[in-house]
Amino acid sequence: MVKQEQELDNRPDNTAFTQQRLPAWQPMLSAGIVIPGFVLIGLAFIGIGIALFVTSRSIQVLEIDYTGVAQDSPCYRCSDPDTKDCMCSMDFSIDTLFKGPVFFYYGLTNYFQNYRRYGASKDANQLSGDLKYFTNPSSDCSPYQYDNDKPIVPCGSIANSMFNDTFKLYQIVNGTRKQVPLDGKGIAWWTDYNVKYRNPSVTPLENAFNGTVKPVFWSRPAYKLDPTDPANNGFINQDFLVWMRRAALPNFRKLYRRITEGDYAEGLPAGNYTLEIAYNYPVLSFDGEKKVVFSNVSWMGGKNEFLGIAYLVIGSLCIVMSIVMLIVYAKFKFPEED
Amino acid sequence: MSFFGLDCFRKEERELERKLRANDREYNLSFRYATNAIKTSKYNLFSFLPLNLFEQFQRIANAYFLFLLVLQVIPQISSLSWFTTVVPLVLVLSVTAAKDATDDINRHRSDNQVNNRKVQVLIDRKLRSEKWMDVQVGDIIKLENNQFVTADLLLLSSSEPLNLVYIETAELDGETNLKVRQALPVTGDLGDDIEKLADFNGEVLCEPPNNRLDRFTGTLAFSGQKYPLDNEKILLRGCTLRNTEWCFGLVLFGGPETKLMQNCGKSTFKRTSIDRLMNVLVLCIFGFLACMCIILAIGNYFWELNKGSQFTVFLPRLDGNSAAFSAFLTFWSYVIILNTVVPISLYVSVEIIRLGNSFYIDWDRKMYFARNDTPAEARTTTLNEELGQIKYVFSDKTGTLTQNIMTFNKCSINGKTYGDVFDYTGQRLEITEHTETVDFSFNPLADPRFMFHDHALVEAVKLENPEVHAFFRLLALCHTVMAEEKKEGELFYQAQSPDEGALVTAARNFGFVFRSRTPDSISIVEMGKQRSYELLAILDFNNVRKRMSIIVRTPEGKLSLYCKGADTIIYERLHQSCSKLMDVTTEHLNEFAGEGLRTLALAYKDLDEEYFEQWKQRHHEASTALDDRGGKLDQLYEEIEKDLLLLGATAIEDKLQDGVPQTIEQLSKADIKIWVLTGDKQETAENIGYSCNLLREEMNEVFIVSGNSHEDVKQELRNARTSMKPDAAENSVFLPESVSGKSVKVMADEVVNGEYGLVINGHSLAYALERSMELEFLKTACMCKAVICCRVTPLQKAQVVELVKKYKQAVTLAIGDGANDVSMIKAAHIGVGISGQEGMQAVLSSDYSFAQFRFLQRLLLVHGRWSYLRMCKFLRYFFYKNFTFTFVHFWYAFFCGFSAQTVYDEWFITLYNLVYTALPVLGMSLFEQDVNDVWSFQHPQLYVPGQLNLYFSKKAFFKCALHSCYSSLVLFFIPYATMQDTVRDDGKDVADYQSFALLTQTCLLFAVTIQLGFEMSYWTAVNTFFVLGSLAMYFAVTFTMYSNGMFLMLPSAFPFIGTARNSLNQPNVWLTIFLTSILCVLPVLTYRFLLIQLCPTINDKVMFKVRQAKASPPPPPRRTRIRRTSSRRSGYAFSHAQGYGDLVTSGRFLRRPAISRSSGFTHAGRTTTGFSPMGRSAGYSPTGRPQNAKVPDVEVMSLQMYRTITDAAL
Repeated sequence: MVKQEQELDNRPDNTAFTQQRLPAWQPMLSAGIVIPGFVLIGLAFIGIGIALFVTSRSIQVLEIDYTGVAQDSPCYRCSDPDTKDCMCSMDFSIDTLFKGPVFFYYGLTNYFQNYRRYGASKDANQLSGDLKYFTNPSSDCSPYQYDNDKPIVPCGSIANSMFNDTFKLYQIVNGTRKQVPLDGKGIAWWTDYNVKYRNPSVTPLENAFNGTVKPVFWSRPAYKLDPTDPANNGFINQDFLVWMRRAALPNFRKLYRRITEGDYAEGLPAGNYTLEIAYNYPVLSFDGEKKVVFSNVSWMGGKNEFLGIAYLVIGSLCIVMSIVMLIVYAKFKFPEED
Repeated sequence: MSFFGLDCFRKEERELERKLRANDREYNLSFRYATNAIKTSKYNLFSFLPLNLFEQFQRIANAYFLFLLVLQVIPQISSLSWFTTVVPLVLVLSVTAAKDATDDINRHRSDNQVNNRKVQVLIDRKLRSEKWMDVQVGDIIKLENNQFVTADLLLLSSSEPLNLVYIETAELDGETNLKVRQALPVTGDLGDDIEKLADFNGEVLCEPPNNRLDRFTGTLAFSGQKYPLDNEKILLRGCTLRNTEWCFGLVLFGGPETKLMQNCGKSTFKRTSIDRLMNVLVLCIFGFLACMCIILAIGNYFWELNKGSQFTVFLPRLDGNSAAFSAFLTFWSYVIILNTVVPISLYVSVEIIRLGNSFYIDWDRKMYFARNDTPAEARTTTLNEELGQIKYVFSDKTGTLTQNIMTFNKCSINGKTYGDVFDYTGQRLEITEHTETVDFSFNPLADPRFMFHDHALVEAVKLENPEVHAFFRLLALCHTVMAEEKKEGELFYQAQSPDEGALVTAARNFGFVFRSRTPDSISIVEMGKQRSYELLAILDFNNVRKRMSIIVRTPEGKLSLYCKGADTIIYERLHQSCSKLMDVTTEHLNEFAGEGLRTLALAYKDLDEEYFEQWKQRHHEASTALDDRGGKLDQLYEEIEKDLLLLGATAIEDKLQDGVPQTIEQLSKADIKIWVLTGDKQETAENIGYSCNLLREEMNEVFIVSGNSHEDVKQELRNARTSMKPDAAENSVFLPESVSGKSVKVMADEVVNGEYGLVINGHSLAYALERSMELEFLKTACMCKAVICCRVTPLQKAQVVELVKKYKQAVTLAIGDGANDVSMIKAAHIGVGISGQEGMQAVLSSDYSFAQFRFLQRLLLVHGRWSYLRMCKFLRYFFYKNFTFTFVHFWYAFFCGFSAQTVYDEWFITLYNLVYTALPVLGMSLFEQDVNDVWSFQHPQLYVPGQLNLYFSKKAFFKCALHSCYSSLVLFFIPYATMQDTVRDDGKDVADYQSFALLTQTCLLFAVTIQLGFEMSYWTAVNTFFVLGSLAMYFAVTFTMYSNGMFLMLPSAFPFIGTARNSLNQPNVWLTIFLTSILCVLPVLTYRFLLIQLCPTINDKVMFKVRQAKASPPPPPRRTRIRRTSSRRSGYAFSHAQGYGDLVTSGRFLRRPAISRSSGFTHAGRTTTGFSPMGRSAGYSPTGRPQNAKVPDVEVMSLQMYRTITDAAL
């Protein structure tokens, strides 16, 4: 034992880490930090809230429901599912200039694009242009995998249920209808259009689809989606892409067109307008509603008053709480003895 | 050896007895005894994977995830991709497997090392060096000095006289002193003659392999004769040969069948209370999960009925799928999605945290004892947080509270006390390290370690004061110490008890040097002159006599009897002439006792030659009597030990370990109750109780329970209770929850005014622990501040611990150093071993070990408290983050037709627990400290919340769940509201599912990270790095996963391409993230702030103080030791049961002659002998046979039986 006294082989290292003496910052919820903190956050929130609220207020939105449930609706007759190729038109007027660029959305309610089986019902490989999956689509697409033993391209519920109402917008100028030019380019995400969805590199595109059939509900095969623009066909059709980016919630709107051209680049002037609708999409069976929405945007995106109000409310709450805390602090001050 | 290494399966038939023949391998092989190879490893290369996986899947969480994996393979149910489960599962399994593998590799390594040791084996009439593992039963092997014993051997012959060998059993039981083994004369004659040994063909018939270390039965048949074999002839594997040149042994048991290996039983698996709570909670969570899934399944049923059936235009039902079937599938789908409420990574993280905290204990320099180079060791890595919840500490006394070092402190000789130091004004001085010590240089044989401070005594010796001389002569003669002098002048004493060693050493230093003894003489050096006393008789110590005497003839031929013993006993036998001296000495004895010293009275008497001759004759007759030998001898002793003349008294200090009183005071401030369970006598225990601050003079009363019958004990306990609390209601004992029909009753703590102490004796404790009275006892004991149980057996120690465990819902800790503490160490929730003097046994069965009792306060108040705090914070936060994560899915279900659509990206689900939130919370749990160690010591009250389970309980868990519920509502509905109908600033969609998922998950991650920031009160650089790093990691991983490159590689695995780019550049997305984060945090902040202001906890108060002090606090004021004067008489100095006298006179332990004396003194008897020098100077060597006839039957499985109870005088 005696000889070992000098040897301290087992002595632990003396480092800040092993001895748990690492330097550290030890914040505390003291009144000096919390109360001013609340005031500051409150003020900041009120500031942001006002800005958001004012901005949101300045955004113009025009919503037109064209489902045709009501008997006096111009589209009432089209709402009968048996009616084919039905056209109806809605008239509306704008009092002041609808500042441009104006975005033209269609909206659906009670529509469960976020249902899991619906959302899973597609074949990502097929949509990225892999020909292998044209003839042999993923089983995820079932029951829209095969139609009469022929593979469906694009397969799956999402593609199959693509929104197919079309709209034409006319301004009534001196009793005559003047068509408002609608811009359908660049309405989908750049990444969707350029990366995520790819047509097979087969020319003409039609050949790639040999041996496949179009989705059941579609009137035209994918390679003929846009007869006016050959570059807007196949999977990289803008409307298709917008539809495929499925909505998070049962009530949603999707961008249909932009009004950016010609006389309407500055916006929709005050006046009367007619919206001509090719009514194809059935929604009444599930109590859905269809609408079109015209809106412009600001730095904060579309109109959403919630965010501004929430900021204002929380900002005010912070101020109120800071006052409460101040009172509590002054009255029941932290007992210092022991 | 079986393929899977599960050797236990091999024992199909039980061996009833063992038969073997020396040097006959063929014969012995026919029995298929185990060879000497050992295997402690569990796996081999091939069996590792299947076995380890099998073991791991026995864990409920792992099995659950396997079940989930199966569910996920079913396409109709699978709501998540397989990898979301597989990745965490594989990670968790591989981390655990890696840990198991390293453990097993270490075991393999040590097995190999042991198996490949070399030993000399007699094969084919030649000694050959063989590996240990090749040794077989029936082989004869040769061992040399300092070698480990290879297997369990029958000792055949040795180099030492009388065929003795000396062994050290440190590996077996931790005792470092030597034990002796002796071969049969018939085998001893074989010597080291290889030819003879090779011809030896003895047959051994013995017991089958077992784990009893102290017992062996068998017979040796050799050349037509049978010889009985017992434990004295057996060398056990694990021992070391010492002081013996060589010996030969016959292998009886090999490898796994040796007693050592048979004793390596499984230690009981201890779990912490948090563990048990966690298991309950996990079960609750399972129930809760089932509830949520059922609600959602019902929701799905109704959705399918109402909406789904109409929505079939776009989402056709599979053929024949009814709403009910869909609901059924949905149930399972949600089981998969909501699986994150049962966190698989929880267990792994908990293990990591515990491991980290164990390392901190190992690394702590403040728990390192430099004197014997012993660091603290966390031997169990799974119990750390329980250290922060200890309510009861059960402590051993000897070696734990005390150093087991006795020092000769004071004495009273002929009515004068020596030992105190006075200054010139006559004021008594406190003796410290700096007090000048007496110079013993006049005496070349003095022990340099001996310290004495009073110069008056040396003066008295030098002045040849006859009483003083007689006093020390008595101390030098009347004892059973063995001396060894390896080198001229270097004496080593081997004493039976430390007290005795101290007394003889004192005499040595004061010039009466005990030098050597033979069975019939004692030679001492008296003031430089060598004198030999003829030893005529030893009237040995025993527990009833409480004294020992020796009768010697001086060199002048005078007959004298010297006697030392307990004062009360000696006083009864004194001659009337010394009544005056008795009074003075009594006063001194009281004074000594008041200081907590152990006293002995010394007396002598000159004998009449004639009378002695006659007495000796009768003594001889009595000692050869066949019946009632003991009684007759006692009577004879009684007869001769009377009319003694008092010489004086000695006072020996049972030295406390450093810092014991302070530690005990600190612990009691932390509301930890300390019970001392000791084998010592009541007086001694009481004394130690006072000197270590456990009992205090200021206490209202110290009750002593020492009744000898059931009724007495009951009455004494009752009386104690009524005097503590006169109006105590009898039936208010149990907490109300006992009414609810729970089988386990929990006793409430009763509050009493004032401080009380309880001392209970061993025999009373036996009654108190009876079923009918245990509650009575516990009730009384728990009302007292300090409890001391003395003269308890190891079994009783364990029983007391079990009793408290049973009725008090409190965490217990047992601390001890010896084998007699093993049972209690194993019984308590936490066992702590003192790795000090008494050996290793306690340490081996303990969960934590360190060298000094005072480290206990650091273990509990710092490490324990932090561990508990960390673990609780971890659990609270972990459940919070996982619940929040999961509940969002629940809310989303109401908006997605209960379709089991996940809110988040699958990759996020996979990585959330493993990557994004793992390190920050681990960082918190490894570095968190509310206040540093200095402040923890300053405010021991900080420990109390742990005892009350305040940081993590079912209530806290419920609060967590509510908090997560709130957070998840915010996290779902704020993004829901802000994204409703919103578009990007370029008019494009941003309310799509993928953007929504990204938004929600980012909000979630920010919210939980900020929440973590508020949980954490100790931000080290590492924490900051982990928190910020994890956030950065999240964005890095997200952008990578959503990048073009990843998508192009695997289009179906990374469908979220572009989402990050397209939505995280939107101001309203960031405003939403900001909003949710603030909204999640503000109420918590407000709540906490108000709580601190309105009802601050002790932690808040201390933290506030720390903040105000900024600098470290002033060191605690040095406490001066309070001197008491007390009338309590202290215990006498013997602490053992049976005397040593037989041994001394029998010469059984005599060894080869030591170096010859330079003096011309010739001995009357044999040549000078010495005793083996091993062991501690103050220790003593048990004879190897149980000194105590009633060895308590504690855990026959343990090594316990092997050791005799050193301080339990039964």
